[in-house]
Formats: sequence, C-alpha cells, structure tokens
Amino acid sequence: METTVNLWPLLGVAVIILGFALRAHPVLVVIAACAVTGIAAAMPVDQLLATLGTAFIKTRNLPLILLLPIAAIGLLERHGLREHAQASIARIRSATTGRLLIVYLAIREISAAFGLTSIGGHPNMVRPLIAPMAEGAAEVRYPNVPQEMRYRIRAMAAATDNVGLFFGEDIFVAFGAIVLMQTILHGEGLDVDPLHMALWGIPTAVCAFIIHSWRLYRFDAQIARRVK
Amino acid sequence: MILKLDYFFYVLGAMLLMVAWMALRDQRNPKRYSSALFWALYAVVYLAGEQLPPIAAGLLMVVMALIAGFGGVTLGRYGDRSDEERRSSAQRLGHKLLIPALLIPITTVIGSTLFKDVKWDGLFLLDPKNLTLVSLGCGSLFAVATACWLTRSTPMQAMRESRRLIDHLGWAVVLPHMLAVLGLLFTEAGMGKAVAHVVTSYINMDIRLVAVAVYCIGMALFTIIMGNGFAAFPVMAGGVGIPVLVGVYHANPAVMAAIGMFSAYCGTLMTPMAANFNIVPAALLELPDKNAVVKMQVGTALPLLLVNISLLYFLMNM
Repeated sequence: METTVNLWPLLGVAVIILGFALRAHPVLVVIAACAVTGIAAAMPVDQLLATLGTAFIKTRNLPLILLLPIAAIGLLERHGLREHAQASIARIRSATTGRLLIVYLAIREISAAFGLTSIGGHPNMVRPLIAPMAEGAAEVRYPNVPQEMRYRIRAMAAATDNVGLFFGEDIFVAFGAIVLMQTILHGEGLDVDPLHMALWGIPTAVCAFIIHSWRLYRFDAQIARRVK
Repeated sequence: MILKLDYFFYVLGAMLLMVAWMALRDQRNPKRYSSALFWALYAVVYLAGEQLPPIAAGLLMVVMALIAGFGGVTLGRYGDRSDEERRSSAQRLGHKLLIPALLIPITTVIGSTLFKDVKWDGLFLLDPKNLTLVSLGCGSLFAVATACWLTRSTPMQAMRESRRLIDHLGWAVVLPHMLAVLGLLFTEAGMGKAVAHVVTSYINMDIRLVAVAVYCIGMALFTIIMGNGFAAFPVMAGGVGIPVLVGVYHANPAVMAAIGMFSAYCGTLMTPMAANFNIVPAALLELPDKNAVVKMQVGTALPLLLVNISLLYFLMNM
C-alpha cells in the first residue's frame, strides 16, 4: 500500500500515553496533546486556536447532563436523601451489596435496551441513591467497614451503572450507535438492516450481564473477607 | 420550537456565574481569585456561546486548562449540616425525599417519548433535535422547585448546594468537554487514517482468528486512545471489518458491526479518556483515586472482550 498517509498526528496519541504514564494533570495532558497534534498537522497557531474554540463551543451540550440535575440533588442531600437511602436498604434483611447491584444492573440494562437511558446515571442516581444503598447494605452486616472498602463499593456502583448502560443501549434499534453504524456501512456500499445489528448485539449483552453479575456475586465474599 | 436548548445554556451559564461570585467571596478558599476566574470563564462559554469569536473561545479554553492544570481551582467552605441534622431530617421527610430525585428521570423519559411531536401554535414544544437534553433540563427545574417546596428551602440554598457539588467535582467538570474537543481535533488531523495504516500494514491477517482478534482488539485499543467508540468504529470497520472480515471471510455485516461496536465499548470501560463515564463518577463519589472506577471495570471488560472475539469468530458466517 503506497499511499501518502500522514503519520505525524500519532504524536498526539504519544503525548496522551506519556502524560497518563507520568501521572501528569489530565487537563494539562489534553491541552498538550491538542498543541502537539495541531503542530504535527502543520496548523498555524491562530487556526489551531480557532479550531479548538469552535469545537469547545460545539461540544458544550456535553456537561449539561452532569450539571443541570445538581441543584436538586444537592438540596436533597442536605436534607438527608443519602441517609434515607441507606436507612431504607437496611430494612431489607436479605439485601447485600452484590445482590442490590445485580438488581440495579438488570434494571439499568433492560431499561436502556428499551431506549430509556435516562433512568439511572451518575449525578442523579448513583451518587444520591445507588452508592449510599450499596454502602448501607454492607454496613448493616458489618459494623465497621474500612474506608478503603467503602471506596471500592462506591466504584463498583459506578461501574455497574456504566456496564448496564453500555451493553443495554446498543440493542435498542433507534440508538445513535446503530444509526451511526448503518450510515457508515451504507457509505461503504453495504446495506444492513438496523434491526439485525440490534439483534446480533444480544449475545454480547447477555454475556456482559452474566460476567458482571458473577463479579458482583463474588464481591460480597470479598467484602466479608476484607472486614474480618 | 418553543423550548430551545439555548435557554438551558443560559441557565447553566447563570449557575456558573453564581458559583464564580460565591467563590470570589469565600475567604476560606485559599485560591479564591483563580477559582472564581475559572468558573467565570466557563460561564462565558454558556452565556456568550456562538457569539464568541472562535479564536477567543480557543484562548479561553487554554486559559481554563492552565488554571485547572496548575491547581488554581480549590475548595472553599460550604456550611455543611452535621450528620445528626441530616439524619433527623431524613426521618422527618422519609420517602418524600425521593420524589424530586425521581422527577428528573421520569420527566426526561416522558418528555422524550410522549412530547416528541407535540406542537403549540404550529411550533414544536420541545426542540426536536435536542429532545433528551431539553426534557432533562425541564425535569431538573421541576425537581429543584419541588425540592425547595418540600424542604422549605430558598432557591438561593439550592444554588449554594450546587456550588458545593460543582466545587467537589472541580476540574473533572471540564475534562470530558476538553476531551471531546481533542477528539474532534484528532479527526480533523487525519488520526483515523494514520492508525488504520499502521494496523493494516504490519499485521498478517491470513488466519481467520487473527483477523477477528485484530478487529476486536483494535476497536478496543482505538477507543482507549480516543475515549469514544464512535470515533473507533469508522476506522476499524473501514480498515479491517469491511475489507477483510466481510471481503475475504464473507462475514455477515450486521454481526461484524454489532460485535465490533461492543468491543469498542469494552475499550470505553478501560480508559480515563472516557472521562464522563469513568473520571467524573470518581469525582462525584469523592474517591481519592480518580482511576478507581476504571480499575473496577477492567475485570468485566477484559473477559467480555475475549467473549466478543469468540462470538464474532463463531457467529460471523451465520
């Protein structure tokens, strides 16, 4: 293949890998990668700044999902929402951290598969409800859960939300990823029915549920071992 | 349309401006001037928006990154309530506390399904292009109003609480935004072609299993680098999926596409570059290790990637 492909932009990737390996501040790594990629692609400084600026304005809808619910959630936390979530789970005797998160995984994945991706999410579900409940379920069984284990439980709650969302939403026919795949394949001369792509996603979605549930099931045993 | 996304940009801009103002007046914040400047600049992005000249917006982003990168965004004092106070108020309000919290997802779902085609005077009620975000915005406003009414608090208190949460997030708020910018820049600089060239030139794909593995692992690796499966898919499908898997091994394109995208998602679970899924939650849950969520997910993502390779290998000719 003797085409002239410009390999210099790969330097931007090198900056990212190096930056994260050296544990530099992520924001600085990103801005350095922007600079290096721009220079490697032979962009003049003013053009690079303009490209960054245009993209910065264009992508500003991204933080809305995170920041708009924050006022309500913050106010409810001040009045004990997290404490209430913990107290409610404590009343259910059979609840453990792992079982609770398996139920949440199932709800999250199935609702996402029907296109209801806004049920759940980190700012409005995991922080105020799911993570405190997962911690609360461990607390009921073991009076003093070490701080390090609490952090692991919270991280697992966030991970469960992500796994459920990712592997659920992609079997919903009208989801953006399916539309994107169809558009790209169409551009390459392949016409694929979106419904088929959604259906062929189901085996992976089922495996994702089994693998993550198995880990959650074993997570309870890990908590028990760590506490003793 | 009647309710535009722009209105919520203004709401967020006003919120950030308040955060900046409160940061400026907080004597307990050791770096109150640089913190206030950071949030004020971010407010400009939402209030001025497209009126901002591109070069100015670019400079603004660089200045914000430098302030955040050199530790200029710090915590202040928030007048937190004690554990006892919160516990007794939780007992008093009980399940009522859940109503505003659940109002956000419920309004979003109803808005983006039932109100999709609702028109008022010939105009769409909700911006059809940004249906979910506009519905989420409405849900958030309903939730604040209900929460204020339930807890007998003022909207000002809600602002103070927003500031507490936004400050705890700190620079993690802008990281996903800046990574999205980097992703667009990568695309513009021709990163996709460069990676596809490297992958296809140096690996021999005469063995079916190797070709399948290269496609799936390449999808995951490229997503780890770019932080976004949508950026990886066109590159790997165009570079390996279509010419090799479909072209040489006669794979069913639907299987190739579906499992390919899921392999990319395995990459998303393993990268700090997908900041809004992996770094922001760590900040939201106040974890000291910002990579704690990524580390937790590797245990699910790696076995799942192996599952994807075998599923694609066995299912692709069906």
